Amino acid sequence: MDFDLTPEEEAFRAEVVAFLDENLPVKDMRAWTRKVREKRWVGFSWPKEVGGGGGTLMQQAILKAEMAKRRAPALGTCFMGLAWVGPGLIEYGTAEQKQRFIPDILDSKVQWCTGYSEPDVGSDLAALQCRGERDGDHYVVNGQKIWTSLAPFADWMILLVRTAPMEGGNKHAGITCLLVHMKSEGIEVRPIENMAGGRMFAEVFFTNVRVPVDQRLGAEGEGWAVTVSALANERSSISEVEALLRRLDELKNLARATRKHGRPVLEDPAVRRRIAHFETVIEGMRLNGLRFLTKQLKGEPLTSETSVNKLHRATLEVAMADFALTLQGPAAAYTKGAEPAIESGKWQQSSLSWPDTVIGGGTPNIQKNIIAERILGLPKD
Amino acid sequence: MNFGFTEEQELLREQAQRFVEQRCTMPRVREWAASDQGFSRELFAEIAELGWTGLLIPEAHGGAGLGWVEAALVLEVIGSALVPGPLASTLLAGAAIAELGSDAQKQRYLPELAAGKRIGTVALLEGDGSLDVGGVAAEAKGEGGGLVATGEKAHVLDAAAADLFVVALRGEQGLLLCVVEGDAEGVSAQRQPIIDRTKHLGSVRLEGASVPAEAILCEGAEAEAAYRRLFDLGAVAVTAEMVGAADAAHQLTVGYAKERTQFGRPIGQYQGVKHPLAEMFVDIATFRSLLYYAAWVAAGQPDALRRAVSMAKAYASDAFARVGIDTIQLHGAIGYTAEYDAQLYLKRSKFARPTFGDSDYHYERVAQLGGL
Ligand SMILES: Cc1cc2nc3c(=O)[nH]c(=O)nc-3n(C[C@H](O)[C@H](O)[C@H](O)COP(=O)(O)OP(=O)(O)OC[C@H]3O[C@@H](n4cnc5c(N)ncnc54)[C@H](O)[C@@H]3O)c2cc1C
Repeated sequence: MDFDLTPEEEAFRAEVVAFLDENLPVKDMRAWTRKVREKRWVGFSWPKEVGGGGGTLMQQAILKAEMAKRRAPALGTCFMGLAWVGPGLIEYGTAEQKQRFIPDILDSKVQWCTGYSEPDVGSDLAALQCRGERDGDHYVVNGQKIWTSLAPFADWMILLVRTAPMEGGNKHAGITCLLVHMKSEGIEVRPIENMAGGRMFAEVFFTNVRVPVDQRLGAEGEGWAVTVSALANERSSISEVEALLRRLDELKNLARATRKHGRPVLEDPAVRRRIAHFETVIEGMRLNGLRFLTKQLKGEPLTSETSVNKLHRATLEVAMADFALTLQGPAAAYTKGAEPAIESGKWQQSSLSWPDTVIGGGTPNIQKNIIAERILGLPKD
Repeated sequence: MNFGFTEEQELLREQAQRFVEQRCTMPRVREWAASDQGFSRELFAEIAELGWTGLLIPEAHGGAGLGWVEAALVLEVIGSALVPGPLASTLLAGAAIAELGSDAQKQRYLPELAAGKRIGTVALLEGDGSLDVGGVAAEAKGEGGGLVATGEKAHVLDAAAADLFVVALRGEQGLLLCVVEGDAEGVSAQRQPIIDRTKHLGSVRLEGASVPAEAILCEGAEAEAAYRRLFDLGAVAVTAEMVGAADAAHQLTVGYAKERTQFGRPIGQYQGVKHPLAEMFVDIATFRSLLYYAAWVAAGQPDALRRAVSMAKAYASDAFARVGIDTIQLHGAIGYTAEYDAQLYLKRSKFARPTFGDSDYHYERVAQLGGL
């Protein structure tokens, strides 16, 4: 057990820090995006052959931690392309597909969205119904997707369709993964407003949308495996921890500046205890992340351990914002624009935005099922 | 960076697991706990034979010269079987003398502690409930050439079994830490019954016990820092045992949930059962991470110890308490019986929660160290 960095790791960290010191804070986003691309930090863990950085897991962890500490902006703007479309292409794409799609993802030239969920299909994703019928060298897609983040702005979608009916109990067979251009004829996008006022996700309707067969990722019927392997990349919690730490700092500042019932809230032991508890859980997440990273570095497969930190994060996202409101007394009801609003209603806003992470990435109940069934070996419900 | 164990550490853990599986079955543990002394001297001798009593003692003084990561690993395994006996307390006394003692003092006390020939413990707290140095009222007053100690130490781990105590006293130069031998005149230790029969606490009465200059480990500001560090190391030791015990309680319950059938299905298929089990897993995995880190900084980065140990002990105190209660609840009536082992873990959680600081105490420390 050794939490110190090796000399090589330290040298890499120093290189990262030097670059960040020179380039932060970012004044020109385009220049930043270009520079980190030149440095091969976009797709840092991807193989060099496809234009990635060929970085090791450890280097990736160091890079993410240092960036998050300094509040550096994201590496590249093609979020889902970098998170799972690219890794999916690397593992399942043909040479031609890699060449066609990966450079634009790395160069932040495109935006991707993810068409998995449907009106009747959420947690039980494998039951999806949106159809893809083979017609010569095309698939013809009919059906609907929903909650598709970024759909109103995206150029491409990674889409799951059913190309064969569910057979017996095997829902997973018959699912196929297609890469679809959002301007294809027959696609209609209708944005949905969320409770915080954002319009980031949408319904997407498909009417006889023709998708060339060479835009199929993986074999026909192999879509589930493609998805599982791609989602496995949605993993490292290190940058999340840094983001939570920043939020904790903001919460402490709020607590320092706030009086309730005529007294500073920090005189209340329950308030102090609660904040210390948040800090402790975040530190626990950091250490869990390192423990799981060490497992990965040793070549042991990570099974479902990431669900541990996902659950912590879900609890913290909800609890921290809500707790901030309880510190504010009567001012807690006011939002941006109101005179009594504290910090321009920032905490009110986050008390309405937690579903982004708490529901978007698999609900807490589903995470608990995963832990219980895959790690503890309890029978499936 | 590597948050895993070295090959040697893995071997030590395996050795400990084998030993505990073979020697410390639950029927034996119950028998030892119920015996007059509350533990088995024979087993303690075997533990010493394996080198565990000397884990933290330098090789030059008969120990293994290892650190808190190794000690935590062994204590975790010992905790998993609820093995009664003064291992944690002897490790703490050995660590105190190894860290604070002069060469002569180390030579005098450590080889016997390492060999398990004598049982050691630390006596820091007193009856007023204060956990910091301010609570030390037992006095050491100058008389003739040496000092004479008067007062009562409380909440001392394995007090009745111990042959020597590392004691905190209020001297003329402020706090002092010294070694007091159990068989010296004016020293008497009394075991007090506690909720967990596999653990032992007691008081130590000092009635004009003489403290020769050679027995003083440190004084003044140095003694205050040493007191705090020893207290924190105590929390590391208890928390390490908590990881093992909580994990064992969880495994017992998971096993039961797979076997027990109601309404035609294993109860582990119901989310009312499986979700609490998943939550326990999350909690135990997390305080295990916090504990391993605290054990690592205890050896390598003493300055980081206070925050790390407070986080581990605070989280563990609340989480293990919940694990203990859920363990009983998820078992149903069988869990309430004296014969079934579930209750033993619940009782351990009730012992461990206040010992070396509960979550209120440690979260307050985290708040202060975090600038609040
Ligand atoms: C901000 C946001 C962004 C999103 N972005 C995308 C996107 O880009 N692309 C995309 O495809 N999808 C996206 N989603 C959808 C997301 O993946 C789903 O919301 C999620 O999988 C849950 O499905 P659902 O909302 O249909 O809820 P349901 O699955 O209907 O669940 C409803 C409730 O029932 C519980 N539940 C369901 N099954 C079980 C069970 N077996 N055991 C116990 N409890 C159960 C759930 O925990 C939940 O509380 C997004 C969602 C959000 C909130």
